Amino acid sequence: MASPQQQKLKVHGPVAVTANRLTDGAVVWRTRGDGWSADLADAIIVTTADDAIALLAAAQKRDIDAVGAYVAPVVIEADGSVAPGNLRERIRVAGPTFELPH
Amino acid sequence: MYAYDEFDRAFLAERVADFRDQVARRLSGALNEDEFKPLRLMNGVYLQLHAYMLRIAIPYGTLSAHQLRRMAHVARTYDRGYGHFTTRQNIQFNWIKLEELPEAMAALGEVGVHGIQTSGNCIRNVTTDQWAGATPEECDDPRIWAEILRQYSTLHPEFTYLPRKFKIAIAASPHDRAAIKVHDVGLRLHRNAAGELGFEVLVGGGLGRTPFVGKSIRAFLPARELLSYIEAIMRVYNQYGRRDNIYKARIKILVHEIGAEAFAKAVEAEWEAIREGALHLSDEMIAEIRGRFIYPAYETLEDRPAELVEALKDERFATWFANSVHAHKVPGYSIVTISLKPVGAPPGDATADQMDVIADLADAYGFHEVRVGHEQNLCLPNIAQKDLPALWAALDAAGLATPNVNHISDIIACPGLDYCALANARAIPVAQEIAKRFADLDRSRGIGRLHVNISGCINACGHHHVGHIGILGVEKNGQEFYQITLGGRADEQAQLGTLLGPAVPYEQVPGLIEDVVDTYMELRAGPQELFIDTVARLGVEPFKERVYAAH
Repeated sequence: MASPQQQKLKVHGPVAVTANRLTDGAVVWRTRGDGWSADLADAIIVTTADDAIALLAAAQKRDIDAVGAYVAPVVIEADGSVAPGNLRERIRVAGPTFELPH
Repeated sequence: MYAYDEFDRAFLAERVADFRDQVARRLSGALNEDEFKPLRLMNGVYLQLHAYMLRIAIPYGTLSAHQLRRMAHVARTYDRGYGHFTTRQNIQFNWIKLEELPEAMAALGEVGVHGIQTSGNCIRNVTTDQWAGATPEECDDPRIWAEILRQYSTLHPEFTYLPRKFKIAIAASPHDRAAIKVHDVGLRLHRNAAGELGFEVLVGGGLGRTPFVGKSIRAFLPARELLSYIEAIMRVYNQYGRRDNIYKARIKILVHEIGAEAFAKAVEAEWEAIREGALHLSDEMIAEIRGRFIYPAYETLEDRPAELVEALKDERFATWFANSVHAHKVPGYSIVTISLKPVGAPPGDATADQMDVIADLADAYGFHEVRVGHEQNLCLPNIAQKDLPALWAALDAAGLATPNVNHISDIIACPGLDYCALANARAIPVAQEIAKRFADLDRSRGIGRLHVNISGCINACGHHHVGHIGILGVEKNGQEFYQITLGGRADEQAQLGTLLGPAVPYEQVPGLIEDVVDTYMELRAGPQELFIDTVARLGVEPFKERVYAAH
């Protein structure tokens, strides 16, 4: 089955590279210094397809820290903060949209 | 319950040890993700949106109280305190950590459960009626045959790398609770005119992006020929099934393209060559499997004992009894469905505490046995009627006595975009909102039997094609939209739903469903005409006119 991250790369605004941390599957974002952070605020943001492809290629070179890297849309808020760019990414950052059983 | 032997226990222990080593090598970097992914999938480990997910098979939907209690332990220790029962009689843990997976698997393996055959292009966990062995309707216990298939198919080298996954379901009652007509192979166990036990064999059913109702290719297959005939089907599929396109690789596409008649002919030819071989089931082999199923030591009891008659004076108990308690083959006993659809909760989820409560109740009243149905509810198949009042009180205290089984709020829903990496739209919140709209029990009882099935993408894990009302989430320009179908059904009269009209946005779905139901209430011939029968009588047009005029 094709998941969204397997679709053809189109960049129409700010994007970041995201993946899941190998050890626990947590959502992480590609940062400067070839690292990963669980905080979207730390992510490298690019705005062109070429830059996104380069960022993704670098992220995919080593898959022991994070897996399934792909390019995800983000939005830059008025105050300069970065937020997920679509519902899928909002859910990845914030978790399911309903109260979990407890 | 089926009693595993030493072979099973040793096999599972070895499997857990293998996986522990594979995880260690992955974490050390000795295995890369391309190498590791097929290994984890063969053990039921997926990577979802925010975490790994572990899918555990519950063969033919049968669980012991001990196993369920261990699942509660895994949910509490390695996950976030709950599990999700699926439409294929599996349970999923949604937040499990890779580094802790071997420990979780070891804990489950100790009680005989595992994730084998819950992923990958193999013969998946064989499913059947959750009332098996207890319902008076059945001609034989279908779990005997599901277990034979399980032993045959587990890690079968010839069928470990099929063109695609392969799902088999068995029904043994006239009323099909296993949805056999929408499986790759559906087996209808029945007796012929001579009283012999055998299967009608259906192939090529399935949902997903190309849904089909299965076609019958053999009206009666002697039961002892089950394995050789299944092997013949698998060989034909393995040889001719497409591997060039993942979307055309299921057996349903092959059957559709060459036709059921040609497919049956190829199977029969293959079968003739192998039917007298090693797969011929002897009476001794069947008896050995049958003998490993331990049935309850039922007492001699009367139907409707005094304790039950007295309790039925309580309106709340009586409502639950009428909705969730079903006839049993043994006098004085009942089958009890436990709704995992309390209004406003995620369909099919149970907390660790609830699992413990159900396990304790199964120990106290139900011969230690619990079942899982494809409708994402649980079942206690052997409850003495005299114990029903005490059972109900305990279930009610744990929030497990919602009397909405087969009502509109008893919704099948896949995890959808809230969890699933493949989904395009959410399913669970849609189900929750619809359930809230119909929370009034008098209203939902007045509506009667009505199955709403919701999928968050075309892969159809929520079985939307066969919901009386089907809801499919799609994505349009970054927004969630939902297509509605009416008239689908998954039972012995299985058929696919008909599209009602244009997709509507997320916010409009609950209101639209209310309009559909209101239209049914106005148009039905009388209170006895079920929703599905009104749609069959009138088609979708009257619904379309009314609903879309309002939206």
